[in-house]
Amino acid sequence: MTSMILNGERRAVRAAAETPLLYVLREEFGLNAAKFGCGLGQCGACTVVIDGEAVFSCITPVMLAENRQVTTLEGLGTAEAPGPLQRAFIDAQAAQCGYCIPGMMMRAHALLARDPDASDAAIRAELEPHLCRCGTHMRILRAIRLAADAMRPRSTAEAGR
Amino acid sequence: MTLSRRAVLAGTGALVLAFSLLPARAQTETGKGEGPRRRGLPGSLDDTPRLDAWIRVAPDGAVTVLTGKAELGQGLKTALLQIAAEELKLPLARLSLVTADTGRTADEGYTAASHSVQDSGTAIRHAAAQVRALLIGEAARRLDVPAERLRVRDGAVLGPGGARIGYGDLVSDALLTAEAQPTSPLTPAAEFAVIGRPVPRIDIPAKVTGGTAYLQDLRPPGLLHARVVRPPSYGAVLTQVDAAAVERLPGVIAVVRDGTFLGVVAEGEWTAIQAMRRLAASARWRETAILPDAADLPDALRALPSRDSTILERGAPGAAGTIVEGTFTRPYLAHGSIGPSCAIAEWTDGGATVWTHSQGVFPLRRALAGLLHLPEDKVRCIHAEGAGCYGQNGADDVAADAALLARAVPGRPVRVQWMREQEHAWEPFGPGMVASVRAAVTPDGRVADWTHEVWSQSHMMRPGPPGALLAAREIAEPFPPAPPVALAQPEGGGDRNAIPLYAFPTAKIVHHFLPDMPLRGSSMRSLGGYLNVLAIESTVDDLARAAGWDPVAFRLRHLTDARASAVVEAAAQRFGWGRGAPRAGRGFAFARYKNLEAYCAVAVEITVDRETGQVGIERVVAAVDTGEVVNPDGVANQIEGGLLQATSWTLFERVAFDRTRVASVDWSAYPILRFSAVPRSVEVHIVAQPDQPFLGVAEAAQGPAGAALANAIRDATGRRLRDLPLTAGKIKAALGA
Ligand code: FES
Ligand code: FES
Repeated sequence: MTSMILNGERRAVRAAAETPLLYVLREEFGLNAAKFGCGLGQCGACTVVIDGEAVFSCITPVMLAENRQVTTLEGLGTAEAPGPLQRAFIDAQAAQCGYCIPGMMMRAHALLARDPDASDAAIRAELEPHLCRCGTHMRILRAIRLAADAMRPRSTAEAGR
Repeated sequence: MTLSRRAVLAGTGALVLAFSLLPARAQTETGKGEGPRRRGLPGSLDDTPRLDAWIRVAPDGAVTVLTGKAELGQGLKTALLQIAAEELKLPLARLSLVTADTGRTADEGYTAASHSVQDSGTAIRHAAAQVRALLIGEAARRLDVPAERLRVRDGAVLGPGGARIGYGDLVSDALLTAEAQPTSPLTPAAEFAVIGRPVPRIDIPAKVTGGTAYLQDLRPPGLLHARVVRPPSYGAVLTQVDAAAVERLPGVIAVVRDGTFLGVVAEGEWTAIQAMRRLAASARWRETAILPDAADLPDALRALPSRDSTILERGAPGAAGTIVEGTFTRPYLAHGSIGPSCAIAEWTDGGATVWTHSQGVFPLRRALAGLLHLPEDKVRCIHAEGAGCYGQNGADDVAADAALLARAVPGRPVRVQWMREQEHAWEPFGPGMVASVRAAVTPDGRVADWTHEVWSQSHMMRPGPPGALLAAREIAEPFPPAPPVALAQPEGGGDRNAIPLYAFPTAKIVHHFLPDMPLRGSSMRSLGGYLNVLAIESTVDDLARAAGWDPVAFRLRHLTDARASAVVEAAAQRFGWGRGAPRAGRGFAFARYKNLEAYCAVAVEITVDRETGQVGIERVVAAVDTGEVVNPDGVANQIEGGLLQATSWTLFERVAFDRTRVASVDWSAYPILRFSAVPRSVEVHIVAQPDQPFLGVAEAAQGPAGAALANAIRDATGRRLRDLPLTAGKIKAALGA
């Protein structure tokens, strides 16, 4: 039986080892944020973070998450107490339908953890695997920029200007 | 009645409908509002006049707002609550909202055509103002003071000497059952505290924290998962399948086969998907090559039988001048929702409850009742939000799939989500179209002659009729195909926005309505408006160039509508049009959506890589006049979205098919805008019009955005490209030519 550390808690997995992580997250753990978009690794709607790296959960067998840190959008805060990235998406009103947004946020989360000073060009390049059909791209970029600025210590934020 | 050869060939599973002799159903895009208003009441109150159909006040003072429209990611819930909060003088957070539900709300037809704030917002605004007046009246009676001396604040009526009665105490069973009056004590715009403010959307916190935000996230107790196996092509007939082997798989509850309709119900979602794949692998189909030659689509469309109508004829054609002419084409376009369509259905007590992200729960109920041979009151359709749909995607079809599968396992809710390839192959596409424009300009820069012809199949194939649903065509006793609907002017369907808003002295506009449907199609944002505006605005640009005029000045001298001119001027001014050194790669375009709704002008600046033909968008500036604005940030968000989506249509998109099958069944075969092609900057400016009626805004940017981009490409390359999409390959080829 697989077990993983999901949003900070060790969880045993009942599903068969080859089951894509997406279905384990949604069905076994009742999480909503990771979405089914294509099941093909083409859209990014299912993106979660494993050990700091953004992955498509729709094509990642759950066995690859064995003993690893899996973070989903639920792990970044709640509607009542949103984390800084979530706060930024609310402040920028960065959603239309919002279906693509959790995946975008998880990749941004991984990027900012790795490179808090990511440039606008780097953010755009990083989001290339993600599709948004509503055309919310400008707001998504703005929200990530807001979050990056809010998450950095003030001195670096100013130095980055 | 003669069926065309194509329909006969396609057999019982036929989707390709060819009822050329059937009269088109007269219908509007919202399914409402045809004919004169019945009661002379504002907005949807005209259909549903009882005040408590819109506003309910509980004895504890809790206020519920009801709408027959649905949240589609356009921010509708927030806008409607703003309107209600304004007129009821209550904080927005104290209101709750019920959206489209055949069991609870008014029937407002389809949430479509950018009509929701006009229809439902207007109804709610008037109902709320009248409810406020009734509550004040009741307080006046109880306090025995004239109503003029009473005020409302924070959910209570306040009177002289500190008198205060809460809404809940004033309300009685009978009070709000009253019918609405034609006029209401509306709050004047100058006193607005909530309308016109950029109130944060109420749905966003759940969406960015993993809350239960979508139909896809609902998990009623006992939920089962199901998948359907769709045929490989239009009209394919299922000849053989090994259902027994799949039924034996652990976790599989039932395999359902009815004619060509095939599905599987399982305990878990992944189990359902694996079972679906096993079923599909064992299925054998009889296919027929019924599709046109994709390479030749424009000619194929123009060769179809058509019903022609001249929708405008003004002046005598044939004036002299420099002629500009061209034929513009667009391929079939996919709605391409990021979340494939989903529904949950439960069969209980001989009836069905269906959770759906359909744009029209009432028409869907009608269609499902027909499909299931049930009286309408045995079917309840409840809207829950899905991924953005931009028109009719697979929402209605998957609701039918879920209902049929749920009937096989009574008492347990069944969730069906389409697979990506099913959505891409089976959704009703935005139709392929052709528009030809021929125009003349005089040496002094006046358009002297204008002819526009447009060819298109129906843009309105929504249920109502059960035969509009995929499953209803696949079952062993199929329903007849739904007859094609030609939406009438002034809103129009394929001919939407075919009549230019410019004051041209002569003009002839012909709509060739094609009753046949080579590929399944239905409503997609702006319907024919996108291609018609692109054709008009490209031609106007070329006329300006031929006459040696600046394109913005040329447009302004042909506009007589002051609001149109104001929007054109605002976009040009904010963009800095005409200031500084002229740079290659600028484009401008304008339209008033449907010639009835929001005005929108767009200016863009691009670069074109001459080696690759790739377009880089530096800057997009839009100006919009949408009448009274409920939520300015919501308007900006929708316009931004429209600009980017139309950019994607214009540069990248095309449904691909061979003679038998739709081939563009995933995102690699149907590429859309990715971040590398996203503009460097996008600005939206709202031209304020307080105290003017609400105008529909959601689709206003599609035409002008596409046209401005096409004009910028013309400016940058010296070539006018008319066959969409304007891909890098085509631009490179044009540059080399
Ligand atoms: S759902 Fe995983 S990439 Fe699209
Ligand atoms: S916000 Fe709808 S797909 Fe991105």
